[in-house]
Amino acid sequence: MPRENLDKQIQQIEDEILVLGSMVEEAVFNSIAALKNRDEKKSHDVIIRDEKINEKRYAIENAIMILMATQSPFAHDLRRMSAMLIVANELERMGDYAKGIAKTNLRLGISDTPIPIKEIEKMAELGTNMLQRALTAFVEEDEKSAIKIPKEDDAVDDLFNSAYRTIVNSMIANPSVIDQASLVLWVVHNLERMADRVTNICERTIFIRTGELLEFDASDDETDSLDEMF
Amino acid sequence: MKNNELKIQSDHYAIETNFVNIYYGKFRAVKDVNLKIQPQKINAIIGPSGCGKTTILRAFNRMNDFILTAHLEGEILLHGQNIYHPDVNPVEVRRKIGMVFQRPNPFPKSIRENITWGVKINGYQGNLDDLVEESLRQSALWDEVKDNLDKSALSLSGGQQQRLCIARTIAVKPEIILMDEPCSALDPIATLKIEDLMRELSKLYTIIIVTHNMQQAARASDYTAFFTMDEDRAGVMVEYGETGLIFTRPTDKRTEDYITGRFG
Repeated sequence: MPRENLDKQIQQIEDEILVLGSMVEEAVFNSIAALKNRDEKKSHDVIIRDEKINEKRYAIENAIMILMATQSPFAHDLRRMSAMLIVANELERMGDYAKGIAKTNLRLGISDTPIPIKEIEKMAELGTNMLQRALTAFVEEDEKSAIKIPKEDDAVDDLFNSAYRTIVNSMIANPSVIDQASLVLWVVHNLERMADRVTNICERTIFIRTGELLEFDASDDETDSLDEMF
Repeated sequence: MKNNELKIQSDHYAIETNFVNIYYGKFRAVKDVNLKIQPQKINAIIGPSGCGKTTILRAFNRMNDFILTAHLEGEILLHGQNIYHPDVNPVEVRRKIGMVFQRPNPFPKSIRENITWGVKINGYQGNLDDLVEESLRQSALWDEVKDNLDKSALSLSGGQQQRLCIARTIAVKPEIILMDEPCSALDPIATLKIEDLMRELSKLYTIIIVTHNMQQAARASDYTAFFTMDEDRAGVMVEYGETGLIFTRPTDKRTEDYITGRFG
Protein backbone atom coordinates (compact mmCIF):
# COMPACT_ATOMS: atom_id res chain seq x y z
CA MET A 1 0.00 0.00 0.00
CA PRO A 2 1.58 3.31 -1.04
CA ARG A 3 2.57 5.72 1.75
CA GLU A 4 2.21 3.08 4.41
CA ASN A 5 5.25 4.57 6.12
CA LEU A 6 3.65 8.01 6.22
CA ASP A 7 0.39 6.67 7.60
CA LYS A 8 2.28 4.79 10.29
CA GLN A 9 4.22 7.89 11.32
CA ILE A 10 1.06 10.00 11.45
CA GLN A 11 -0.57 7.40 13.65
CA GLN A 12 2.40 7.42 16.03
CA ILE A 13 2.09 11.18 16.41
CA GLU A 14 -1.66 10.85 17.02
CA ASP A 15 -0.91 8.35 19.78
CA GLU A 16 1.40 10.93 21.33
CA ILE A 17 -1.38 13.53 21.13
CA LEU A 18 -3.66 11.18 23.05
CA VAL A 19 -0.92 10.73 25.65
CA LEU A 20 -0.59 14.51 25.90
CA GLY A 21 -4.36 14.72 26.35
CA SER A 22 -4.19 12.27 29.27
CA MET A 23 -1.41 14.28 30.88
CA VAL A 24 -3.55 17.41 30.62
CA GLU A 25 -6.62 15.68 32.08
CA GLU A 26 -4.51 14.45 34.97
CA ALA A 27 -3.11 17.94 35.55
CA VAL A 28 -6.62 19.44 35.63
CA PHE A 29 -7.92 16.75 37.95
CA ASN A 30 -4.97 17.17 40.34
CA SER A 31 -5.10 20.95 40.32
CA ILE A 32 -8.78 20.91 41.31
CA ALA A 33 -8.26 18.23 43.97
CA ALA A 34 -5.39 20.28 45.40
CA LEU A 35 -7.61 23.36 45.50
CA LYS A 36 -10.47 21.49 47.17
CA ASN A 37 -8.26 20.03 49.87
CA ARG A 38 -5.98 23.07 50.09
CA ASP A 39 -3.09 20.70 49.36
CA GLU A 40 -0.04 22.82 48.57
CA LYS A 41 2.26 19.89 47.85
CA LYS A 42 -0.12 18.59 45.22
CA SER A 43 -0.22 22.03 43.62
CA HIS A 44 3.59 22.10 43.50
CA ASP A 45 3.56 18.72 41.75
CA VAL A 46 1.16 20.02 39.10
CA ILE A 47 3.44 22.99 38.45
CA ILE A 48 6.52 20.78 38.13
CA ARG A 49 4.77 18.28 35.89
CA ASP A 50 3.74 21.04 33.51
CA GLU A 51 7.33 20.89 32.23
CA LYS A 52 6.63 17.38 30.98
CA ILE A 53 3.52 18.62 29.17
CA ASN A 54 5.58 21.31 27.43
CA GLU A 55 8.28 18.79 26.47
CA LYS A 56 5.71 16.43 25.01
CA ARG A 57 4.12 19.25 23.03
CA TYR A 58 7.45 20.28 21.51
CA ALA A 59 8.32 16.69 20.70
CA ILE A 60 5.04 16.36 18.82
CA GLU A 61 5.63 19.64 17.00
CA ASN A 62 9.13 18.55 16.02
CA ALA A 63 7.91 15.20 14.71
CA ILE A 64 5.29 16.93 12.58
CA MET A 65 7.82 19.42 11.19
CA ILE A 66 10.07 16.54 10.17
CA LEU A 67 7.18 14.77 8.47
CA MET A 68 6.23 17.93 6.62
CA ALA A 69 9.80 18.45 5.45
CA THR A 70 10.36 14.89 4.35
CA GLN A 71 7.00 13.66 3.10
CA SER A 72 5.72 16.59 0.98
CA PRO A 73 2.18 16.30 2.30
CA PHE A 74 -0.73 17.60 0.29
CA ALA A 75 -4.50 17.82 0.72
CA HIS A 76 -5.79 15.56 3.47
CA ASP A 77 -2.32 14.66 4.78
CA LEU A 78 -1.38 18.34 4.96
CA ARG A 79 -4.62 19.28 6.72
CA ARG A 80 -4.13 16.47 9.21
CA MET A 81 -0.59 17.54 10.02
CA SER A 82 -1.40 21.22 10.35
CA ALA A 83 -4.39 20.32 12.57
CA MET A 84 -2.16 18.16 14.77
CA LEU A 85 0.16 21.14 15.27
CA ILE A 86 -2.76 23.30 16.38
CA VAL A 87 -4.21 20.62 18.67
CA ALA A 88 -0.86 20.04 20.38
CA ASN A 89 -0.74 23.77 21.04
CA GLU A 90 -4.31 23.79 22.43
CA LEU A 91 -3.44 20.94 24.79
CA GLU A 92 -0.31 22.67 26.01
CA ARG A 93 -2.37 25.79 26.76
CA MET A 94 -4.85 23.68 28.71
CA GLY A 95 -1.91 22.36 30.69
CA ASP A 96 -1.04 25.98 31.43
CA TYR A 97 -4.57 26.52 32.75
CA ALA A 98 -4.12 23.60 35.16
CA LYS A 99 -0.79 25.08 36.23
CA GLY A 100 -2.53 28.43 36.74
CA ILE A 101 -5.11 26.82 39.03
CA ALA A 102 -2.29 25.18 41.01
CA LYS A 103 -0.52 28.54 41.39
CA THR A 104 -3.75 30.12 42.51
CA ASN A 105 -4.06 27.53 45.25
CA LEU A 106 -0.59 28.44 46.47
CA ARG A 107 -1.36 32.16 46.40
CA LEU A 108 -4.58 31.63 48.34
CA GLY A 109 -2.43 30.22 51.13
CA ILE A 110 -4.27 29.73 54.40
CA SER A 111 -7.13 32.10 53.54
CA ASP A 112 -10.65 30.91 54.13
CA THR A 113 -12.06 32.64 51.07
CA PRO A 114 -15.27 30.92 50.03
CA ILE A 115 -14.66 28.86 46.89
CA PRO A 116 -17.60 27.66 44.75
CA ILE A 117 -16.01 24.23 44.70
CA LYS A 118 -19.11 22.39 43.50
CA GLU A 119 -19.31 24.45 40.33
CA ILE A 120 -15.54 24.24 39.88
CA GLU A 121 -15.51 20.45 40.19
CA LYS A 122 -18.42 20.13 37.82
CA MET A 123 -16.80 22.45 35.26
CA ALA A 124 -13.60 20.38 35.43
CA GLU A 125 -15.53 17.14 35.07
CA LEU A 126 -17.50 18.36 32.06
CA GLY A 127 -14.41 19.92 30.46
CA THR A 128 -12.19 16.85 30.79
CA ASN A 129 -15.00 14.61 29.58
CA MET A 130 -15.47 16.83 26.53
CA LEU A 131 -11.71 16.78 25.98
CA GLN A 132 -11.49 12.98 26.01
CA ARG A 133 -14.24 12.62 23.45
CA ALA A 134 -12.95 15.50 21.32
CA LEU A 135 -9.52 13.88 21.07
CA THR A 136 -11.06 10.53 20.16
CA ALA A 137 -13.11 12.28 17.48
CA PHE A 138 -9.93 14.00 16.29
CA VAL A 139 -7.86 10.85 15.78
CA GLU A 140 -10.83 9.03 14.26
CA GLU A 141 -11.76 12.06 12.12
CA ASP A 142 -15.31 11.72 13.44
CA GLU A 143 -16.95 14.83 12.01
CA LYS A 144 -20.38 14.08 13.52
CA SER A 145 -19.08 13.97 17.10
CA ALA A 146 -16.92 17.02 16.45
CA ILE A 147 -20.05 18.96 15.54
CA LYS A 148 -21.98 17.79 18.63
CA ILE A 149 -19.38 18.21 21.40
CA PRO A 150 -19.08 22.03 21.26
CA LYS A 151 -22.79 22.32 22.18
CA GLU A 152 -21.86 20.98 25.63
CA ASP A 153 -19.82 24.13 26.19
CA ASP A 154 -23.08 25.86 27.11
CA ALA A 155 -23.32 23.85 30.31
CA VAL A 156 -19.78 24.88 31.24
CA ASP A 157 -20.62 28.51 30.49
CA ASP A 158 -23.72 28.29 32.73
CA LEU A 159 -21.61 26.97 35.59
CA PHE A 160 -19.08 29.73 34.97
CA ASN A 161 -21.80 32.38 35.16
CA SER A 162 -23.13 30.88 38.39
CA ALA A 163 -19.67 30.64 39.98
CA TYR A 164 -18.82 34.16 38.81
CA ARG A 165 -21.93 35.58 40.46
CA THR A 166 -21.19 33.69 43.68
CA ILE A 167 -17.67 35.09 43.79
CA VAL A 168 -18.75 38.64 42.98
CA ASN A 169 -21.47 38.47 45.62
CA SER A 170 -18.90 37.36 48.18
CA MET A 171 -16.80 40.41 47.28
CA ILE A 172 -19.77 42.70 47.71
CA ALA A 173 -20.70 41.09 51.03
CA ASN A 174 -17.18 41.25 52.36
CA PRO A 175 -14.78 43.62 50.58
CA SER A 176 -11.85 42.35 52.65
CA VAL A 177 -11.85 39.16 50.57
CA ILE A 178 -11.68 40.95 47.21
CA ASP A 179 -8.01 40.13 46.59
CA GLN A 180 -8.46 36.47 47.40
CA ALA A 181 -11.78 36.16 45.62
CA SER A 182 -10.21 37.67 42.48
CA LEU A 183 -7.77 34.77 42.46
CA VAL A 184 -10.67 32.32 42.55
CA LEU A 185 -12.12 34.10 39.51
CA TRP A 186 -9.00 32.99 37.64
CA VAL A 187 -9.76 29.37 38.44
CA VAL A 188 -13.24 29.45 36.95
CA HIS A 189 -11.95 31.54 34.05
CA ASN A 190 -9.30 28.91 33.25
CA LEU A 191 -11.85 26.10 33.32
CA GLU A 192 -14.19 28.01 31.04
CA ARG A 193 -11.34 28.71 28.59
CA MET A 194 -10.39 25.06 28.68
CA ALA A 195 -13.81 24.08 27.36
CA ASP A 196 -13.45 26.73 24.64
CA ARG A 197 -10.19 25.12 23.56
CA VAL A 198 -11.92 21.76 23.35
CA THR A 199 -14.26 23.46 20.89
CA ASN A 200 -11.20 24.57 18.89
CA ILE A 201 -10.05 20.93 18.71
CA CYS A 202 -13.46 19.98 17.31
CA GLU A 203 -13.19 22.73 14.71
CA ARG A 204 -9.89 21.23 13.55
CA THR A 205 -11.43 17.78 13.23
CA ILE A 206 -14.05 19.19 10.89
CA PHE A 207 -11.30 21.06 9.02
CA ILE A 208 -9.39 17.83 8.37
CA ARG A 209 -12.47 16.28 6.79
CA THR A 210 -13.77 19.23 4.81
CA GLY A 211 -10.94 21.72 4.40
CA GLU A 212 -13.29 24.38 5.80
CA LEU A 213 -12.79 26.14 9.11
CA LEU A 214 -16.15 26.19 10.84
CA GLU A 215 -16.22 28.44 13.89
CA PHE A 216 -18.56 27.56 16.71
CA ASP A 217 -19.94 30.75 18.31
CA ALA A 218 -18.98 31.37 21.92
CA SER A 219 -22.13 32.00 23.95
CA ASP A 220 -22.72 35.49 25.33
CA ASP A 221 -21.76 35.52 28.95
CA GLU A 222 -19.51 37.23 31.47
CA THR A 223 -16.55 35.60 29.72
CA ASP A 224 -16.26 38.48 27.32
CA SER A 225 -16.10 41.07 30.07
CA LEU A 226 -13.69 38.90 32.06
CA ASP A 227 -11.41 38.61 29.02
CA GLU A 228 -11.53 42.37 28.73
CA MET A 229 -10.69 42.77 32.43
CA PHE A 230 -7.67 40.48 32.23
CA MET B 1 -10.80 34.89 -40.74
CA LYS B 2 -8.18 35.88 -43.35
CA ASN B 3 -5.38 33.53 -44.37
CA ASN B 4 -2.27 33.59 -42.20
CA GLU B 5 -3.82 35.90 -39.68
CA LEU B 6 -4.86 35.33 -36.16
CA LYS B 7 -6.78 38.37 -35.05
CA ILE B 8 -6.27 39.19 -31.40
CA GLN B 9 -9.54 39.67 -29.65
CA SER B 10 -9.93 40.57 -26.06
CA ASP B 11 -10.98 37.47 -24.23
CA HIS B 12 -10.92 36.36 -20.65
CA TYR B 13 -8.90 33.21 -21.28
CA ALA B 14 -5.53 32.81 -22.96
CA ILE B 15 -6.53 29.54 -24.55
CA GLU B 16 -9.70 27.44 -24.35
CA THR B 17 -10.58 23.95 -25.40
CA ASN B 18 -14.17 23.00 -26.27
CA PHE B 19 -14.92 19.29 -26.12
CA VAL B 20 -11.51 18.39 -27.49
CA ASN B 21 -11.01 14.75 -28.39
CA ILE B 22 -7.68 13.63 -29.82
CA TYR B 23 -7.23 10.36 -31.62
CA TYR B 24 -4.19 8.43 -32.77
CA GLY B 25 -5.83 6.40 -35.50
CA LYS B 26 -8.83 4.80 -33.87
CA PHE B 27 -7.50 5.11 -30.33
CA ARG B 28 -8.91 8.04 -28.40
CA ALA B 29 -6.04 9.42 -26.34
CA VAL B 30 -7.84 12.45 -24.92
CA LYS B 31 -11.54 12.75 -24.25
CA ASP B 32 -13.92 15.72 -23.98
CA VAL B 33 -11.47 18.24 -22.58
CA ASN B 34 -12.97 21.60 -21.64
CA LEU B 35 -10.16 23.70 -20.25
CA LYS B 36 -9.98 27.46 -19.93
CA ILE B 37 -6.41 28.58 -19.29
CA GLN B 38 -5.90 31.69 -17.18
CA PRO B 39 -3.83 34.34 -19.00
CA GLN B 40 -0.45 35.54 -17.75
CA LYS B 41 -0.32 32.89 -15.10
CA ILE B 42 1.68 29.72 -14.71
CA ASN B 43 -0.63 26.79 -15.41
CA ALA B 44 0.56 23.30 -14.55
CA ILE B 45 -0.83 20.10 -16.01
CA ILE B 46 -0.25 17.04 -13.84
CA GLY B 47 -1.35 13.45 -13.91
CA PRO B 48 -0.10 9.89 -14.22
CA SER B 49 1.66 8.53 -17.29
CA GLY B 50 -0.59 7.97 -20.27
CA CYS B 51 -3.27 10.42 -19.21
CA GLY B 52 -2.85 12.68 -22.24
CA LYS B 53 -0.96 15.60 -20.70
CA THR B 54 1.66 15.85 -23.42
CA THR B 55 -0.92 15.10 -26.12
CA ILE B 56 -3.09 18.04 -25.04
CA LEU B 57 -0.05 20.29 -24.63
CA ARG B 58 1.14 19.51 -28.15
CA ALA B 59 -2.37 20.15 -29.44
CA PHE B 60 -2.15 23.74 -28.18
CA ASN B 61 0.42 24.59 -30.82
CA ARG B 62 -0.53 22.01 -33.42
CA MET B 63 2.60 19.95 -32.92
CA ASN B 64 0.42 16.87 -33.27
CA ASP B 65 0.04 17.84 -36.96
CA PHE B 66 3.42 16.15 -37.45
CA ILE B 67 1.96 12.83 -36.35
CA LEU B 68 0.19 11.34 -39.36
CA THR B 69 -2.33 9.30 -37.41
CA ALA B 70 -3.28 12.11 -35.03
CA HIS B 71 -6.51 14.01 -35.47
CA LEU B 72 -8.51 16.35 -33.28
CA GLU B 73 -12.20 16.93 -32.79
CA GLY B 74 -13.55 19.96 -31.05
CA GLU B 75 -12.03 23.42 -30.89
CA ILE B 76 -9.01 25.05 -29.40
CA LEU B 77 -9.51 28.79 -29.18
CA LEU B 78 -6.73 31.33 -28.94
CA HIS B 79 -8.33 34.61 -27.94
CA GLY B 80 -11.62 33.28 -29.25
CA GLN B 81 -10.28 32.05 -32.61
CA ASN B 82 -10.14 28.33 -33.41
CA ILE B 83 -6.52 27.48 -34.19
CA TYR B 84 -7.63 24.34 -36.05
CA HIS B 85 -9.75 26.34 -38.50
CA PRO B 86 -8.73 25.38 -42.06
CA ASP B 87 -7.79 28.98 -42.82
CA VAL B 88 -5.31 29.19 -39.97
CA ASN B 89 -1.61 28.93 -40.72
CA PRO B 90 -0.09 26.47 -38.21
CA VAL B 91 3.32 28.16 -38.49
CA GLU B 92 1.75 31.37 -37.25
CA VAL B 93 0.16 29.38 -34.41
CA ARG B 94 3.56 28.07 -33.44
CA ARG B 95 5.01 31.54 -33.43
CA LYS B 96 2.35 32.75 -31.03
CA ILE B 97 2.45 29.60 -28.96
CA GLY B 98 6.06 28.57 -28.40
CA MET B 99 7.32 25.34 -26.90
CA VAL B 100 10.20 24.33 -24.68
CA PHE B 101 10.98 20.64 -24.53
CA GLN B 102 12.13 18.20 -21.90
CA ARG B 103 15.63 17.83 -23.27
CA PRO B 104 17.19 21.19 -24.10
CA ASN B 105 17.51 21.28 -27.89
CA PRO B 106 19.46 24.35 -28.95
CA PHE B 107 20.47 24.52 -32.58
CA PRO B 108 24.07 23.38 -33.20
CA LYS B 109 24.92 27.01 -33.86
CA SER B 110 26.26 29.92 -31.84
CA ILE B 111 24.31 31.36 -28.95
CA ARG B 112 23.52 34.45 -31.02
CA GLU B 113 22.36 32.48 -34.02
CA ASN B 114 20.05 30.37 -31.89
CA ILE B 115 18.08 33.54 -31.22
CA THR B 116 18.38 35.29 -34.55
CA TRP B 117 17.65 32.34 -36.82
CA GLY B 118 13.95 32.07 -35.97
CA VAL B 119 13.27 35.82 -36.08
CA LYS B 120 15.08 36.19 -39.45
CA ILE B 121 12.88 33.47 -40.93
CA ASN B 122 9.86 35.41 -39.66
CA GLY B 123 11.09 38.49 -41.54
CA TYR B 124 12.34 40.52 -38.58
CA GLN B 125 13.55 43.95 -39.65
CA GLY B 126 14.71 45.42 -36.34
CA ASN B 127 18.08 45.51 -34.61
CA LEU B 128 19.20 41.93 -34.06
CA ASP B 129 21.78 42.74 -31.40
CA ASP B 130 19.16 44.49 -29.30
CA LEU B 131 16.79 41.58 -29.75
CA VAL B 132 19.46 39.07 -28.73
CA GLU B 133 20.25 41.05 -25.60
CA GLU B 134 16.59 41.55 -24.72
CA SER B 135 15.77 37.86 -25.14
CA LEU B 136 18.80 36.71 -23.17
CA ARG B 137 18.09 39.21 -20.38
CA GLN B 138 14.47 38.07 -20.20
CA SER B 139 15.62 34.47 -19.89
CA ALA B 140 18.16 35.35 -17.17
CA LEU B 141 21.10 34.22 -19.30
CA TRP B 142 22.59 37.50 -20.55
CA ASP B 143 25.14 38.02 -17.76
CA GLU B 144 26.50 34.50 -18.19
CA VAL B 145 26.96 34.60 -21.96
CA LYS B 146 27.20 38.25 -23.02
CA ASP B 147 30.92 38.04 -23.70
CA ASN B 148 30.67 34.77 -25.64
CA LEU B 149 27.70 35.14 -27.95
CA ASP B 150 29.56 33.51 -30.82
CA LYS B 151 30.39 30.44 -28.78
CA SER B 152 28.55 27.25 -29.67
CA ALA B 153 25.29 26.80 -27.79
CA LEU B 154 26.30 23.19 -27.21
CA SER B 155 29.13 24.33 -24.94
CA LEU B 156 26.63 25.59 -22.36
CA SER B 157 25.48 23.59 -19.34
CA GLY B 158 22.09 21.86 -19.41
CA GLY B 159 20.41 24.59 -17.41
CA GLN B 160 21.94 27.29 -19.59
CA GLN B 161 20.90 25.48 -22.75
CA GLN B 162 17.34 25.31 -21.49
CA ARG B 163 17.33 29.02 -20.74
CA LEU B 164 18.70 29.60 -24.24
CA CYS B 165 15.81 27.58 -25.64
CA ILE B 166 13.45 29.81 -23.67
CA ALA B 167 15.23 32.90 -25.04
CA ARG B 168 14.84 31.50 -28.54
CA THR B 169 11.12 31.01 -27.96
CA ILE B 170 10.49 34.48 -26.59
CA ALA B 171 12.56 36.18 -29.31
CA VAL B 172 9.66 35.69 -31.73
CA LYS B 173 7.31 37.40 -29.28
CA PRO B 174 4.85 34.64 -28.47
CA GLU B 175 1.81 35.01 -26.27
CA ILE B 176 1.91 31.59 -24.72
CA ILE B 177 4.88 29.42 -23.77
CA LEU B 178 4.31 25.69 -23.51
CA MET B 179 6.78 23.68 -21.47
CA ASP B 180 6.91 19.91 -21.56
CA GLU B 181 8.73 18.80 -18.38
CA PRO B 182 11.36 21.49 -18.92
CA CYS B 183 13.35 20.64 -15.79
CA SER B 184 13.34 16.85 -15.70
CA ALA B 185 16.82 16.72 -17.27
CA LEU B 186 18.20 19.41 -14.94
CA ASP B 187 19.76 19.39 -11.48
CA PRO B 188 17.86 20.97 -8.55
CA ILE B 189 19.65 24.32 -8.72
CA ALA B 190 19.09 24.70 -12.47
CA THR B 191 15.47 23.65 -11.88
CA LEU B 192 14.87 26.39 -9.34
CA LYS B 193 16.46 28.94 -11.67
CA ILE B 194 14.03 27.92 -14.41
CA GLU B 195 11.14 28.21 -11.96
CA ASP B 196 12.23 31.71 -10.95
CA LEU B 197 12.47 32.54 -14.64
CA MET B 198 8.97 31.21 -15.25
CA ARG B 199 7.67 33.51 -12.52
CA GLU B 200 9.27 36.52 -14.23
CA LEU B 201 8.08 35.45 -17.68
CA SER B 202 4.51 35.00 -16.50
CA LYS B 203 4.28 38.78 -16.11
CA LEU B 204 4.33 38.94 -19.91
CA TYR B 205 3.38 35.49 -21.17
CA THR B 206 0.91 32.75 -20.33
CA ILE B 207 2.81 29.65 -19.33
CA ILE B 208 1.50 26.09 -19.52
CA ILE B 209 3.81 23.47 -18.06
CA VAL B 210 3.41 19.71 -18.05
CA THR B 211 5.26 18.20 -15.13
CA HIS B 212 5.62 14.84 -13.45
CA ASN B 213 6.97 16.59 -10.41
CA MET B 214 4.09 17.42 -8.12
CA GLN B 215 6.23 19.44 -5.78
CA GLN B 216 7.22 21.60 -8.75
CA ALA B 217 3.60 22.05 -9.79
CA ALA B 218 2.70 23.01 -6.21
CA ARG B 219 5.69 25.30 -5.83
CA ALA B 220 5.83 27.03 -9.16
CA SER B 221 2.33 27.30 -10.61
CA ASP B 222 -0.71 29.54 -10.07
CA TYR B 223 -3.26 27.11 -11.52
CA THR B 224 -3.16 23.33 -11.83
CA ALA B 225 -5.10 20.96 -14.08
CA PHE B 226 -5.24 17.32 -13.08
CA PHE B 227 -5.68 14.72 -15.82
CA THR B 228 -6.17 11.01 -15.38
CA MET B 229 -6.85 7.97 -17.49
CA ASP B 230 -10.50 6.99 -17.71
CA GLU B 231 -11.69 3.38 -17.86
CA ASP B 232 -11.48 3.38 -21.66
CA ARG B 233 -7.83 4.52 -21.36
CA ALA B 234 -8.65 7.96 -22.72
CA GLY B 235 -7.21 10.89 -20.82
CA VAL B 236 -9.75 13.15 -19.13
CA MET B 237 -9.41 16.36 -17.23
CA VAL B 238 -10.63 15.88 -13.68
CA GLU B 239 -10.32 19.39 -12.33
CA TYR B 240 -8.58 22.71 -12.88
CA GLY B 241 -8.21 25.35 -10.22
CA GLU B 242 -5.97 27.53 -8.13
CA THR B 243 -2.89 25.57 -7.19
CA GLY B 244 -3.19 26.38 -3.48
CA LEU B 245 -6.69 24.92 -3.38
CA ILE B 246 -5.91 21.91 -5.55
CA PHE B 247 -3.09 20.91 -3.22
CA THR B 248 -4.89 21.60 0.07
CA ARG B 249 -8.49 20.61 -0.70
CA PRO B 250 -9.11 19.20 -4.16
CA THR B 251 -12.75 18.67 -5.02
CA ASP B 252 -12.35 15.26 -6.66
CA LYS B 253 -11.23 12.10 -4.90
CA ARG B 254 -9.17 11.06 -7.92
CA THR B 255 -7.13 14.25 -7.54
CA GLU B 256 -6.79 13.66 -3.80
CA ASP B 257 -5.61 10.09 -4.34
CA TYR B 258 -3.05 11.11 -6.95
CA ILE B 259 -1.51 14.04 -5.12
CA THR B 260 -1.31 12.18 -1.82
CA GLY B 261 0.32 9.22 -3.52
CA ARG B 262 -2.51 6.83 -2.76
CA PHE B 263 -2.83 6.25 -6.45
CA GLY B 264 -3.21 2.70 -7.82
